[in-house]
Amino acid sequence: MPDPQTASLVDEILARGERRPERLLQMLVQLQEALGYLPADVLTVLAKGLGLPRARVEGVAGFYSFLHLAPVGRYRVLFPDNIIDRMLGTPGLMDRMCRNLWLEPGHVSEDGVASVDTTSCIGMGDQGPSMLVNGHTLTGIDDARIDAICDRIRAGEPVGAWPAEWFRVEDNIRRADLLLDARLAPGEALAAAIALGREGWLEQMHRSNLRGRGGAGFTTAVKWLACRDAAGADKVVVCNADEGEPGTFKDRVLLTRLADAVFEGMTLAAWAVGAQQGFLYLRGEYRYLVEALESTLEARRSAGLLGHCIHGCQGFDFDIEIRLGAGAYVCGEETALLESLEGKRGTPRIRPPFPVTHGYLGRPTVVNNVETLAKTCLIARDGGEWFASHGTAQSTGTKLLSVSGDVARPGVYEYPFGVPVERVLRDAGAEDTLAVQVGGAAGIMLAGYEFGRHIAFEDVPTAGAFMVFDARRDPFEVARNFVHFFAHESCGFCTPCRVGTGLLKGYMDKLADGNGAYRDLADIEWLDRLLKNASHCGLGSSAPNPVIDVLQKFRPAIERRLRSADFQPAFDLDKALERARQMTGRDDAEAHLSNSPEHS
Amino acid sequence: MSDAPKLKVATVSLAGCFGCHMSFLDMDERILGLLERIEFDRSPLTDIKTVGRCDIGLIEGGVCNAENVHVLREFRRQCHTLVALGACAVNGGLPAQRNHLDVGQCLQAVYLSRQGLEGGRVPDDPELPLPLDKVHPVHEVVRVDYFLPGCPPSGDVIFKFLSDLITGRTPRISHPALHYD
Amino acid sequence: MRDTPQTFLLDGVPVPFHEGQTILEAARAAGRYIPHLCWHPDFPPHGSCKLCIVKVGGRHVSSCAMPARAGAEVESDTPEMNGERRALLQMLFVEGNHFCPSCEKSGHCQLQALAYDLEMMTPRFNHFYPDRPVDASHPDVLLDFNRCIYCELCVRASRDKDGKSIFALTNRGIHKHLVVNAESGRLGDTDFSGDDLAANICPVGVILRKRVGFAVPIGSRTYDATPIRVVAMQSEDGEGA
Repeated sequence: MPDPQTASLVDEILARGERRPERLLQMLVQLQEALGYLPADVLTVLAKGLGLPRARVEGVAGFYSFLHLAPVGRYRVLFPDNIIDRMLGTPGLMDRMCRNLWLEPGHVSEDGVASVDTTSCIGMGDQGPSMLVNGHTLTGIDDARIDAICDRIRAGEPVGAWPAEWFRVEDNIRRADLLLDARLAPGEALAAAIALGREGWLEQMHRSNLRGRGGAGFTTAVKWLACRDAAGADKVVVCNADEGEPGTFKDRVLLTRLADAVFEGMTLAAWAVGAQQGFLYLRGEYRYLVEALESTLEARRSAGLLGHCIHGCQGFDFDIEIRLGAGAYVCGEETALLESLEGKRGTPRIRPPFPVTHGYLGRPTVVNNVETLAKTCLIARDGGEWFASHGTAQSTGTKLLSVSGDVARPGVYEYPFGVPVERVLRDAGAEDTLAVQVGGAAGIMLAGYEFGRHIAFEDVPTAGAFMVFDARRDPFEVARNFVHFFAHESCGFCTPCRVGTGLLKGYMDKLADGNGAYRDLADIEWLDRLLKNASHCGLGSSAPNPVIDVLQKFRPAIERRLRSADFQPAFDLDKALERARQMTGRDDAEAHLSNSPEHS
Repeated sequence: MSDAPKLKVATVSLAGCFGCHMSFLDMDERILGLLERIEFDRSPLTDIKTVGRCDIGLIEGGVCNAENVHVLREFRRQCHTLVALGACAVNGGLPAQRNHLDVGQCLQAVYLSRQGLEGGRVPDDPELPLPLDKVHPVHEVVRVDYFLPGCPPSGDVIFKFLSDLITGRTPRISHPALHYD
Repeated sequence: MRDTPQTFLLDGVPVPFHEGQTILEAARAAGRYIPHLCWHPDFPPHGSCKLCIVKVGGRHVSSCAMPARAGAEVESDTPEMNGERRALLQMLFVEGNHFCPSCEKSGHCQLQALAYDLEMMTPRFNHFYPDRPVDASHPDVLLDFNRCIYCELCVRASRDKDGKSIFALTNRGIHKHLVVNAESGRLGDTDFSGDDLAANICPVGVILRKRVGFAVPIGSRTYDATPIRVVAMQSEDGEGA
């Protein structure tokens, strides 16, 4: 049994969440914040309070990387491990911190004060080296800052009392176009859409030919129409703010700079489909945005832009609740996101049925990306045809790109669709560029001969990531980093992704260690095919993309890793004898093995 | 009767129990027919200790120590076709069930910790092969051409397999002859 | 009242179906076997093992979950699909610790039987050799997690049929694993019973009744003489013991 103080905390959190099982994840996040981890007896009490089997609560708690079933120290330090972060020097900074605090990465310090580990991209690729401490985002980290942070950790100073400038996140808007230049006044778009009537508003959406900015590019009006026409009166609008694709951070900027437009877009969707309930599913990494977002919501309620009779329109009731994720990339997949919203493990659902008919708690649900929703405001205010006159015929309007890596000016760039890759490179000040990863880890790696291609659904589609690598970088290491990412983020539901991403990681590490052979390339290609063909969702089927691209476009980067043309052992033979050498004290020739069969 | 030279066959047991070799003998009088087509090189059946150029190498057992690695590599170098014979060669088998234990603690338990071992030491004679931290199937150490699972594969299955191989048919073992136990 | 059955082509042969039937269900009703591990006739499709993948119009789909469509051309028993299925089995074998000779479920195991059927001669990939302690705390039932394939049949049976929710999955990716409904983590501290459906539904050797192991002699076990493609179609519940 938890002590009385903890027990009353659990009670309070249960009451705040109205003992609703779909709020389980939110309650776990709150308990984690308050207690630093989730003790076994707390899970038991929580399960009882929600009327859920304890095993299910444990199952959910174990799924998300920001929830811990064992203590992780009073200071939990996480360094993002995307390739861009690595290029910015986070491995060296992490090493410095571990030495300062006398601890091993991944292990809690002996005094129980701190632990240091890596995490997936936290959406700060344009901010210089960054990190999370107890969920707070710190940017612009250098050696001196690491030392100062360690001093405060040793002094036991709460993160909330650290200097405010350590937490400053710049918007870095480098090129503004339709959206970032729009100067939308709160309620302006909504007034226009209400004046059009629900039908008239949907008609404008059709004319705009707006397609989803989350990557898949489904036509937004078609999605809305399907949801509107689905059986069931209690419809739901969800804004997918789980911006987890490595190298993407444009939604962070929209939620910072244009939060009103995002919420207004959700309200416009609600107007079109007849929804009364809305959710913003915000990735745990953007926890620092919650307070500002809540006050924007509050201001909109006061202004009559949320709640009952929105904008004075009888029968137009809609409100928005913010729900936090807790470190799971797969929840960006819309059906996994819905599971997570329902307080469950973020496992993608079987489709069909699709969310527009069976979404949140089985109700018809529209799930749209942050940028998609913000853009609907432009359509409401300036008209569908006006919107469609920008971009290309198949990709109307503009696209926000998150540019990072080897460029002089990392940040957010808004272009009309159809912009050539080389134009973006020029604007961002990229020199001697070897490769560009467009669309994140799941996207496509472009080689020099492709820089004339265009950012558009019909050519190079993207959810917004644009990672630039110059000639100093090794495309093999880029792909290996992404393979590690997918293995870490696989939900584990289906066989090919659960096992295949792990196997792929093993092969890439084997090559990195200089123990690769041509035969391994054949196995890698076979795994790529299985992942592509047999995976349950997009995570698994896109996991091999970076490897396939490197094999096709940067083959020498892989081939120079090969040690033998034929076959190399699956594991490091000499290392496998290390433990026995320790125990026997032997170091003679017979106590060693060569990994190369010619020298056995 | 063919005048073709006999195929040379070598066999060895690494981390195995010789059960697959016993099963080989279960071919009984069919071995005599087989001997019209093959002759043995290194094998526990001939007691020849070194392996020369061979057409077929049969490996029983997984790879548990440095000596296993050397022998296996020697077989790979000398044998045109290498076959993983039996469960242990195919997936590590029974010996691999130590893989969740730390080999250092195993050595400690065997040579140091138990009663009556006070003042003992872990043997460090260079003649003794060092154990690997885990037991591995043979295909994780060398390239393997064919796999014949079973604990052991029966004499019938081994006979069918070798007959196929010698005749030039792709060996094919299916239900109910194919089994893993 | 039902519509006249429509048909789709399974490996070139027409298979009739009714609206709402999946490809696998319709095939099964027509006496055609499509390999599967996580699918069970008494439960809604799960779609995790992916052994039932088929190709429809050039696209891979899970036949257990994909509704049958009139005129569809479905490829299932082809070298290509069986090759991919074999590879999925190989993944399952290297992921856990599957030592058939010492497993009580050997001869009754669906994973093993399917591997025989698809002529899997080697696990091919590199083994993970995970460390998964067994749970022997329950008086009648042993849990050997080394063999889990995450089909969740025990999870579903206990939750939806037994009304107990004894099992759940926790963690994720390659670290995903079963947990039981007790703070101690021990099966003996739950209200699990050997008579639960969940105790008798495991297709592999994770959930084992104590004191009956190896009772059936080799040669008489479920899949010794009859392959899974036949047993699966014969038995009432579609599955072996």
